[in-house]
Amino acid sequence: MRITQGTFSYLPDLTDDEITAQVAYALGNGWPCSVEFTDDPHPRNVYWEMWGLPMFDLVDPAGVLQEINDCRRAYPAHYIRLNAYDAGVHQTMALSFLVQRPAEEPGFRLDREEHGDRRIRYRLHPYVLDRPAGQRYT
Amino acid sequence: MTSFDMRGPAPSPDEPEPDGPPAVETLPEGATVDLIQERADSHIDEVLDQLDTDLVGLATVKTRIREIAALLLIDRLRARFGLSASRPNLHMCFTGSPGTGKTTVAMRLAELLHRLGYLRRGHLVAVTRDDLVGQYVGHTAPKTKEVVKRAMGGVLFIDEAYYLYRTENERDYGQESIEILLQMMENDRDDIVVVLAGYRDRMDSFFASNPGMSSRIAHHIDFPDYSEEELAAIGDMMLRDAGYRLGAETVPVFREYLRRRQEQPRFANARSVRNALERARLRHAGRLLAAGDRVGIEELTTLQPEDFLGSRVFDSA
Repeated sequence: MRITQGTFSYLPDLTDDEITAQVAYALGNGWPCSVEFTDDPHPRNVYWEMWGLPMFDLVDPAGVLQEINDCRRAYPAHYIRLNAYDAGVHQTMALSFLVQRPAEEPGFRLDREEHGDRRIRYRLHPYVLDRPAGQRYT
Repeated sequence: MTSFDMRGPAPSPDEPEPDGPPAVETLPEGATVDLIQERADSHIDEVLDQLDTDLVGLATVKTRIREIAALLLIDRLRARFGLSASRPNLHMCFTGSPGTGKTTVAMRLAELLHRLGYLRRGHLVAVTRDDLVGQYVGHTAPKTKEVVKRAMGGVLFIDEAYYLYRTENERDYGQESIEILLQMMENDRDDIVVVLAGYRDRMDSFFASNPGMSSRIAHHIDFPDYSEEELAAIGDMMLRDAGYRLGAETVPVFREYLRRRQEQPRFANARSVRNALERARLRHAGRLLAAGDRVGIEELTTLQPEDFLGSRVFDSA
């Protein structure tokens, strides 16, 4: 099941040229970029691991792409996303999109949990979480 | 790098090069290109002319910059005929005394390379040892890499580069920084131009102890000291920019000042001229206020001999 998280997630995956163009747009707006990765695809997993510090004072996307490629090399089967933070009036993430996803995404199952008074709780369980972190998409 | 694309290898072979100029159809063998038109299109003459008018003297430097501009322009044309255009190595070393215009030329160079399409942004990131070398183990590499990332698409100007290498301390972190710079000068040649700057003799000994650095730098440009006439011309230009002028009887005094200042220690060429003019402006302002008369535009813009004669350069006489 294809994960749709962040901007452009309903489009085909972006090529490096398209990523470069998006990064150039972010830098043009003065948004510092940062790279993050994870192997936990749960939609509530919002705090991903940081790949280095956010990159301030860049003017050219080449440096960002270099970090993305370094991260891809280190984690070839993780989800990797690029964040652009608007440090101006908005003080929030302005742009965030996936730049890498695992080749195979097993998807989720729905767990039902019985409670008192015949109540049922539902839980989303990613299949990959059954395996230990770091070995989920091998 | 395309092997990291999420989509896998590019589907069509004629996809445009990343970051490069839009793919142009290769010209047939018999075609010709109008050089004058090409030259006008690239707008390099504006930068070169500005280099000529804004900077006094430096004939050898200007010639070399012109040669580089010509080479890049011709390379661009060659590429249009489908001829191999290997990216020339443009890392440079500027040597010369302080105040001879190394930083200024580097800035113009960045602009020029940007116009020629060699650099994507054409900004200048000026750094010294402090910006590159860390203070503890493991601090240097990220620091240097961050600076390099910041300079990508432009020129990385390393002032007083010889401080990177300290001969007296072989465990100095500067060596690590040099190694990273070397690696990136080789690998990221498409993204960055490195300019090292410093005194002639100390750069020579720096290269002697870092042969790898020397061989990766194609252009060694020497900035000669300015002659007295050139310094006077620089002074005139600075004054004009600041909205001042020298009175008729001030000109010989200013010349005399330059002559004496040149012989003194720590003479920093154009920078010394600038400082001398700053101090002359201070004395000029003080003199006008002390006199307390009515003043017009004439008095406000004209520097008198006593504005220079008050300098301690004239004390020894």
